[in-house]
Amino acid sequence: MIDSKYFLKGFASIRGVRSPAIALGASFIAIGALLKNIGFTIQESIFSTFLTYALPGSLVMAESMIIGASLINIFIAVWLVNARLYPMTVSLMPLLMHKSQPKWKYYLSCHFIAVSSWLIMKDNYEQINKDSRIDFWIGIGVATWSVAIFSTVIGYLASDFLNEDVLIGLAIINPIYFTCMMVGAMKTIKISLSIILGTILGPAFYFVSPEWCILFGGITAGTVAFLIGEINDK
Amino acid sequence: MTSNIVLVILITSFATFLSRFLGVLSSENIKETSKIFRWFNCLAYSTLAALIARIVIFPSGLLSEVDYFVRIIVVILSIGLFFITKKNLVYPTIFSAIILSLFNSYL
Repeated sequence: MIDSKYFLKGFASIRGVRSPAIALGASFIAIGALLKNIGFTIQESIFSTFLTYALPGSLVMAESMIIGASLINIFIAVWLVNARLYPMTVSLMPLLMHKSQPKWKYYLSCHFIAVSSWLIMKDNYEQINKDSRIDFWIGIGVATWSVAIFSTVIGYLASDFLNEDVLIGLAIINPIYFTCMMVGAMKTIKISLSIILGTILGPAFYFVSPEWCILFGGITAGTVAFLIGEINDK
Repeated sequence: MTSNIVLVILITSFATFLSRFLGVLSSENIKETSKIFRWFNCLAYSTLAALIARIVIFPSGLLSEVDYFVRIIVVILSIGLFFITKKNLVYPTIFSAIILSLFNSYL
């Protein structure tokens, strides 16, 4: 059903100098502590990371609950901040699809799409034969997802010992990890332009709309980068 | 404070899974060599970059208590360390946490 050789190879991506474990761990420890502070039980905290497994979404959920937002507002806010998962999925799954593999693997394993696992897969997919890529991906996904759930528990249990200085330190780890991964991914003109323009336009659109800035800024930046890249490739 | 935590969790996870699910559905008809795939690839990297830049420049929560200038310095130093250590990701992440905590305590 799942080729264990490739599954384990993917799972092993959690080790080594490019491991996402520290970044994931730090941010989900912070989430665990945050969820405890807003009144979640430990079961609810585990349930939340288990089902959502997307950091900005969990943060938005917590913030919305603190201000007492309605359920429909929570839905819209989370959808907006996590809508980036759509282009991420569309730019990953075609690389993994193979007719010899059953479809349920794709529909279930899309739950593992998050920034860290996505960047690891994008970095490594060329080294894996196309028919085995989905098993490799499921390995990466299970590994990163397990770290997230485990860290939520640690953060929840340790929340009394995490003072503000420690939490601020934990909060910067994830953006730094992502920034370094992105800088490392700048190998073609198109990707480099996408990243540079996104970095400028995302915050720039914040002045127009804080809620929509990621989508507006991202779509504008990505489209401009794509058009320039296509002209350049001709 | 919104009540019924379980319902909130279910709504949050549904709002999140929706984008992933629709992504797989669309992927069934997209070839990796097609123009639309290349466009979405740019969109994925640019929205990620927009998200990360937003977190660093306009953070919510605890990071917003750190001075803007300090946050930018920490990012630049960490990228420098990333290249010095031949693209090791462990050193810059740990370094950033320690230096930010120190800056925040003593500046």
